[in-house]
Amino acid sequence: MITVLRAGPLTTVQDLGRPGWAHLGVPRSGALDAPALRLANRFVGNPDDAAGLETTMLGCTLRFERPTLVAVTGAVADIDVDFRPVERLRGCQLFAVPAGGVVDVKRATRGVRSYLAVAGGIAVEPVLGSRSTDTLSGLGPPRLADGDTLPIGVPTAAPTLVGEPARPYGELVLGIRLGPRDDWFDTAGLFGSPYRISPLSNRVGSRLAGTAVTRTRAGELPSEGVVLGAVQVPADGQPIIFLADHPTTGGYPVVGVIDDVAPLAQAQPGTTVRFRELD
Amino acid sequence: MKIRRVGTAGLLIECADAQRVEDWRAELWRRRSAGELRVVEIVPGARTVLLDGVAPGTAEALPGWEPAPGGIQSEGPLVEIHTVFDGEDLASVADLWGVTVDTAVRRLVETPLTVAFSGFAPGFAYLRGLADEWAVPRLAAPRPRVPAGSVALAGGYAGIYPTASPGGWRLVGRTDQNLFDVRREHPALLTPGTRVRLVAM
Repeated sequence: MITVLRAGPLTTVQDLGRPGWAHLGVPRSGALDAPALRLANRFVGNPDDAAGLETTMLGCTLRFERPTLVAVTGAVADIDVDFRPVERLRGCQLFAVPAGGVVDVKRATRGVRSYLAVAGGIAVEPVLGSRSTDTLSGLGPPRLADGDTLPIGVPTAAPTLVGEPARPYGELVLGIRLGPRDDWFDTAGLFGSPYRISPLSNRVGSRLAGTAVTRTRAGELPSEGVVLGAVQVPADGQPIIFLADHPTTGGYPVVGVIDDVAPLAQAQPGTTVRFRELD
Repeated sequence: MKIRRVGTAGLLIECADAQRVEDWRAELWRRRSAGELRVVEIVPGARTVLLDGVAPGTAEALPGWEPAPGGIQSEGPLVEIHTVFDGEDLASVADLWGVTVDTAVRRLVETPLTVAFSGFAPGFAYLRGLADEWAVPRLAAPRPRVPAGSVALAGGYAGIYPTASPGGWRLVGRTDQNLFDVRREHPALLTPGTRVRLVAM
């Protein structure tokens, strides 16, 4: 069992989400930086879809009742175990916590979200096949609060040593496939001057600030299904890129879809973003 | 019919009207059950059906799967929603329609409704069937909290809030029925294609 001593601003349980329910209005949810969660799970011998914790900017502090193997990936952040720093190797801090040990994941120095996996996984009750907290709909466990306790599952396999996928933390270049509604816009603006990640970004979407993408046709789009990575352009022309907790349908036209949202999970507010058109 | 690409693994089928959306949705669900279509999500919208997570070759197969004109005529299940018509906006809806409150309620209970698509929140169904000229605008300012079970109208649709949430639809009534429960085998009471009757209590 884990006791939450300091929950941080937004720490949630996340696995790979609950795809397959969008026709009922259920968002996919799941880890924003899914490759980082998979990596952490592999380090501790969990299946890829085991649930871990996703922190936001300021980390969290946890006490472990029993000796536990823990891996932390994603954002670069110092970690202390019982006040002793842990080294980061291959994009991961992998360490054994003694019974009663306290793990302090500190402020992210690069990136935004750390992924903490424990051998056996976080064993909260699944909802519609997933343990993920969905911040849009409220499905899944509530965000962590100080004093909460979390059950840990039974480890199933031996830990493996794996390598980190290369991840740049500076300016982002996002590959975008135009459509389905690129014919509603003058898309040249999208590829002109760069955008910046707005501080209003969250698990629902990355909000961009910069040159407004201008509409070439008036009217309202009847609501239609949207996908992860969709670049929706509301009336003010400032693009929103949908992340894991995105709504399943939307009434603003989608100018294009980016091919990989994981870098956005780690993009701090103010990060420069450019688009590169894919064919 | 037009098919638009959505990223690397999505396809959007554009339909002429809501009935064609329903025809396509039913046809695609049938083909998925039969093992002919591999896809993660089939998401109907107002005038479209989105396929997300498709296998290669799906775009090429779709034109050959176009449902016969006139629809499949396979009727969805019928769900009765027991409704108390005492919504805060019922009088304003009657005004917009230019009828008495009693006539407005009669219209709502006599109109056969069908779930066109879901969205906004888990289990929130957009119900079509109301006449086009009965479309009502959303409230100028959304309410910060609409209670669960509120029966409401906006645009040409009726809808029922499964959970309490902010909302800009015009409230005409309320129901005690549980629209969405994750513990049920079928969590949503109203799914695309379901036929709905509002029954006055």
